[in-house]
Amino acid sequence: MSNLLEIKNIVKKYGDYTALNDVSINIPKGSVYGLLGPNGAGKTSLIRIINQITMPDSGSILLDGETLASKHTADIGYLPEERGLYKSMKVGEQALYLAQLKGLSKSEAKKRLKYWFEKFDISAWWGKKIEELSKGMAQKVQFIVTVMHNPKLLIFDEPFSGFDPINAQLIAQEILKLRDEGATIIFSIHRMESVEEMCDEIALIDKSNKILDGNLNDIKREFRTNTYQVGLTTSNKKEVELALQENFSVLPPDFKLLGDELTVNVKLDKTKSANDLLSFLTTRGQVQHFVELIPSANDIFIEAVNKNS
Amino acid sequence: MSKLKLIIEREFIAKVRNKSFIVMTFLSPLIMVGMGALVYFLMKKNDEKIKTIVYVDESKLFSKDDFKDTKTIHYKDFTTDGIVATKKKVEEGNYYGALYIPKKDSLEILANSIEFYSKDSPGLSVMNSIENKIERKLRNEKLNNFGIDLEKINASRIQSDIKMFNFSGEESSKLINGLKIGVGAIAGYFLMMFVMIYGTSVMRSVIEEKTSRIIEVIVSSVKPFQLMLGKIIGNASAGLLQFIVWGILISVLGLVLTTILGVDMSEIQTANMTPEQLEATKQAASGDKMQLILQEIARLPLLKLFILFIFYFLGGYMLYSSLFAAVGAAVDNETDTQQFMLPIMLPLILGVYVGFATVISDPHGPISVAFSYIPLTSPIVMLMRVPFGVSWGELAISMSLLVITFVFMVWLAAKIYRVGILMYGKKPTYKDLYKWMKYKG
Repeated sequence: MSNLLEIKNIVKKYGDYTALNDVSINIPKGSVYGLLGPNGAGKTSLIRIINQITMPDSGSILLDGETLASKHTADIGYLPEERGLYKSMKVGEQALYLAQLKGLSKSEAKKRLKYWFEKFDISAWWGKKIEELSKGMAQKVQFIVTVMHNPKLLIFDEPFSGFDPINAQLIAQEILKLRDEGATIIFSIHRMESVEEMCDEIALIDKSNKILDGNLNDIKREFRTNTYQVGLTTSNKKEVELALQENFSVLPPDFKLLGDELTVNVKLDKTKSANDLLSFLTTRGQVQHFVELIPSANDIFIEAVNKNS
Repeated sequence: MSKLKLIIEREFIAKVRNKSFIVMTFLSPLIMVGMGALVYFLMKKNDEKIKTIVYVDESKLFSKDDFKDTKTIHYKDFTTDGIVATKKKVEEGNYYGALYIPKKDSLEILANSIEFYSKDSPGLSVMNSIENKIERKLRNEKLNNFGIDLEKINASRIQSDIKMFNFSGEESSKLINGLKIGVGAIAGYFLMMFVMIYGTSVMRSVIEEKTSRIIEVIVSSVKPFQLMLGKIIGNASAGLLQFIVWGILISVLGLVLTTILGVDMSEIQTANMTPEQLEATKQAASGDKMQLILQEIARLPLLKLFILFIFYFLGGYMLYSSLFAAVGAAVDNETDTQQFMLPIMLPLILGVYVGFATVISDPHGPISVAFSYIPLTSPIVMLMRVPFGVSWGELAISMSLLVITFVFMVWLAAKIYRVGILMYGKKPTYKDLYKWMKYKG
């Protein structure tokens, strides 16, 4: 898979403060890419550089193999974290204006807007001013103006903040649909559940440095600890637990089951496989629950950030 | 370029559609003309009340011819009643005032012994008018005593009008000097008003984009510099439209009102003039003189004036409004603008003060010249100087300084603007602004 965006050795300083320190990221074509990091890590700085709102002090960016230039603004759709619309401007006029700024002709913009307004069932809002709409309604309009010029690259900075759950769901679906139609998506998010749900690839930025990047599943594999959740129905819980402790390293359970089972987490070292554990268990009782503990994005995030500091 | 056009168009429409803009555009001329009409109406009403002044002339020098009735003052001879009875009548409120001219041995003594009695203090114009009548009569009396023929005196009256030339061959006269002051002052003042009104309008528009949080959406499509420039040009276009509408409306309304009210313009001007001034104006208004004025206006370097007016107007507006845009970008709300507004307003106001104080008395003096070079004041001061004839050499210095400063300031303002529009929260200090200027890209 080729890369739509290649970010190479980006450095950005604000006076004495370094916002991005030699950051390189490759974003594969057609992926949903999660840009993660604590507040103030440098995510927004990087996104602004991709959008050519600010220029890097050094480093380069290639979009679809070409050095990023001002003509590429038409290929990018950007929903900033700090977002809004002209309050006293009418919805339709405003959307047309923003579409034309993205390089669409007026007639083409009208056609596309009609499609999106009908899709979201908001055609009746065309002549209304933004200040007359509710916040959720305005967010829908905002989403439309972000995507209506069919950009190759869509960047969403905290897209779900401010959306109610129903609209957030709707927007998430639309974003995935756009990905299926060929767009590449960059998310910058805090909400880790969305990362699990949507992202194929992630990069973790902390304190101006990229500390981790790659395919989410690969990363999860890398961060797996070979720990299993075990739930066992047995008449002699104490004895079994002691036997487990002799043969394996046993941790307190991080889950609950419905019955009166023995619950533990078991961490396997390199000499033992899951099968060894399972056969040990089956001889001692009825296995109710046996699940490998896969690190969540949240766990990885916290672990990586802690390691970095 | 087409993006710039789009921005200009949006800014223009947003400004023009604004309710307060529409109200201001159409209401201001109405108010201005209405005020003028009101003042005229009140003046007329005030004058329509005829004041009757009675006089007791014991000197027997004056006749009814010396106290001719005017539109607002009527005179009545009460000499036969005596001053005591006359004073009483005035006190009872029948008449405006009583003029008492006693009998004295000499004209000099008489001149200082004449008395006027009234219930309320008389207005200045009334007293002037009476004093003029008495002075004229007494002077004529004295001339008569010297044996000088009054006819000859009147016939000997002559008016001199020195014609002034400069070495570029432009002829000037006192009259045209007045005209030049007028043209320069109006141009300078107009520029200041325009910069203040539309500069702050640019600033407000920037703040609005920040508070509505649309700014980052916009600058992901266009360069901040384009947005700033589009805003400045869009607002200026709206401003020009407003001024044009004002000009048309005021002239039309003024014309309509003067026709309806039947205002005689010469009447307004002559209402407060002494007879001597009146005479002079009448002479001036004679055909020859009128033609001379027209000739002199035609002789003003009108094309040069017009071109320079456009140049300094645009230069001054662009220079200042880019600063206003930078201020708008630096802050989050309008209350925070004050600390940055003062340094912008100061040179503007200074320009107008210096213009009115020095250019009028000495258009080519060192202070006038200096301030017409300094770029922040030059648009105003130079515009005031231009009608008096400024050499192309001086203009070249002033204009190039303005252009250099303008380019530099727009560049500087754009740097602040670019960073400022994305900054929220903290109220910036001058130190912050300096730091922003040093940020790359």
